[in-house]
Amino acid sequence: MAEPKKTCELFDCGHRACGGCGAALAARLVTQAAGTNTIVVNSTGCMEVFSTPYPETAWKVPWIHSLFENAAAVASGIDAALKKQGRNEKIVIMAGDGATFDIGMICISGAFERGHDFTYICYDNEAYMNTGIQRSGATPYDASTTTSPAGKCSFGNKRPKKDMPAILAAHGAPYVATASVAYPADLKQKVEKAINTPGPCYVQVHAPCCTGWGFEGEQTIAIAKLALETGLWVNFEMVDGKVSKVRKVVRKPVEEYLKTQKRFRHLFKPSRQDAEIAAIQAIADRNAEKYGIDIKLKKE
Amino acid sequence: MMEITEGSHAVAEAVRLCRPQVVSAYPITPQTHIVEALADFVANGMLDAEYITVENELSALSACVGASAAGSRAYSATTSQGLMLMAEVVFNASGMRLPIVMSIANRAMGAPLSIWNDMQDSISLRDAGWLHFYAEDNQEATDLHFLAYKVAEDPAVQLPAFVCFDGFILSHTYEPVDMLTQADVDKYLPKFNPSEKLDASDPMSFGMYATPEYYLEFRYEMDQALKRAKGVIAKAGKEFGSLFGRDYSALIETYRLEDAETAIVAMGSVCGTVKDAIDEMRAEGMKVGLLRIRVFRPFPAEEIVKGLSHVKRIAVLDKNVSLGSRGGATAIEVRDAMYGSTIPVKGYILGLGGRDIRKKDIKEIVTLCERGIGDQFYGLRRELI
Repeated sequence: MAEPKKTCELFDCGHRACGGCGAALAARLVTQAAGTNTIVVNSTGCMEVFSTPYPETAWKVPWIHSLFENAAAVASGIDAALKKQGRNEKIVIMAGDGATFDIGMICISGAFERGHDFTYICYDNEAYMNTGIQRSGATPYDASTTTSPAGKCSFGNKRPKKDMPAILAAHGAPYVATASVAYPADLKQKVEKAINTPGPCYVQVHAPCCTGWGFEGEQTIAIAKLALETGLWVNFEMVDGKVSKVRKVVRKPVEEYLKTQKRFRHLFKPSRQDAEIAAIQAIADRNAEKYGIDIKLKKE
Repeated sequence: MMEITEGSHAVAEAVRLCRPQVVSAYPITPQTHIVEALADFVANGMLDAEYITVENELSALSACVGASAAGSRAYSATTSQGLMLMAEVVFNASGMRLPIVMSIANRAMGAPLSIWNDMQDSISLRDAGWLHFYAEDNQEATDLHFLAYKVAEDPAVQLPAFVCFDGFILSHTYEPVDMLTQADVDKYLPKFNPSEKLDASDPMSFGMYATPEYYLEFRYEMDQALKRAKGVIAKAGKEFGSLFGRDYSALIETYRLEDAETAIVAMGSVCGTVKDAIDEMRAEGMKVGLLRIRVFRPFPAEEIVKGLSHVKRIAVLDKNVSLGSRGGATAIEVRDAMYGSTIPVKGYILGLGGRDIRKKDIKEIVTLCERGIGDQFYGLRRELI
């Protein structure tokens, strides 16, 4: 019998994610940063389903999935148990944006308020992908999903993204950050920082979904980069509620990001929707203003 | 040592003696005195546990799931609306085979809102794969917690357990209770040492999803474990009896049933009233007896058939109703157990939402049963309908 191929990945090969899945990449990078002394708590969602079809698992660290909404509460119980047993494993929650922004909000609020020691990673692919691309509180303005479809009377999702990092910073989280799968070194550094900061920390990872957003799998990184370059996603760190570090960019028009994805196609075809594109540009402009991401080029 | 104590405080003391490492609690009437007492124990160094003040019941049981999976003995308590809010986790905890023990101070389900006692809450979750213990008095409400942990954590069972006792009627009533000492409990209940847990030195995946090729067998294994629990209860209940003098090896209790012509079947605190009514009816020459169900899951069908085979008629009291069906859960299940027998089984739904059940009601029900009248709500105020 051949020896199984040895790898050093803690989120290993064999899972069922789509080629180019941003969330699977996030899982690999997060576990690389977290290391072996980690317990992962996974909410229900794409990641849980593609990684653990019984009797197979892609996880080489202890892993638990309970329900959709309760990962933060399960982690609270693990934290209490580890304390009582005198153990030192680090707890990392991996939850999608639906589990985080919507259904898990109460459990998250309770757990952050109580100040448990864990790192909450939200892999944000901006909709409920596991159930077939329905809108969540993380879905961007005008994105077409199966429950916010673009149509004769609709330009897609009517509301901008909920500001989850600010909500958790308001809970007194000592470390809150955003990251992107397009910048792995930055992502891993932030995960390490969160894990080594006592108390409840939050890292929201932009994780493009080729199936849900409508692009070819090999474009994942390029699209994730464009999100940052247009100002529609901002990578920052907040320490004790104050923004301490921001990735600056020479901004491109949002159109360059929007036109790469089918979820925004209705803004360009059959006719160009200038007012809607301008509204999205205004969101990027506000992000740029709020976080100060624009690199000012010196005039000759 | 005998103490006069409130039911909730006796239960809290029993829980303390079980040495849970994680207590996850949320207040709800009439359960609140238990978690208040436990908080007090922790605050005064009398219980060495992490006490998690969660934001709702769903999180209360979810935290127990995490703690138990990480290898700690976990405890919570709730009732009624709180139990229903955690219902999703109730199924999850048993499916993951986590031996959490949870006290239920039984209370009616709203709407209309009622804080008073019946058993609709826990009975509505009878299919969730938990052990169901029902106490008659505060002594039993106390003792059943030791038994519950012992049975739930047995490798042959590995399922969570409800210890149910009637809200207010037991939870807020002062009764003499013979309380075990810490040394007693330590002798009876070994440390929780699960064979599998979340542990970085031995990584395992818990709570994976199962395709149709695997799911059915998971449910079968749970059903088998609950059935095996009968033997485990018999052994653990007998050991309790030999150590402390109160034998809980039987899933049922009988009272003056040997020569009875009419058998009453019931659960919980109403059985005290039933026993008094039986004594009075016996004094009048009526041959009435009681079969009390102490363990509802695993359901003691064989024990019920054996216990009732000689009677002429059976009156089943239910403080719950399976609306739109043929009665309350106990009557339906007793009738199912007695299938093939010619002994008539009549069900009576009574006491819902805290309506008093008096000795004269029990006597009236026996009379109705003798006349073949039953399978109905008892004690309705006709002027309100």
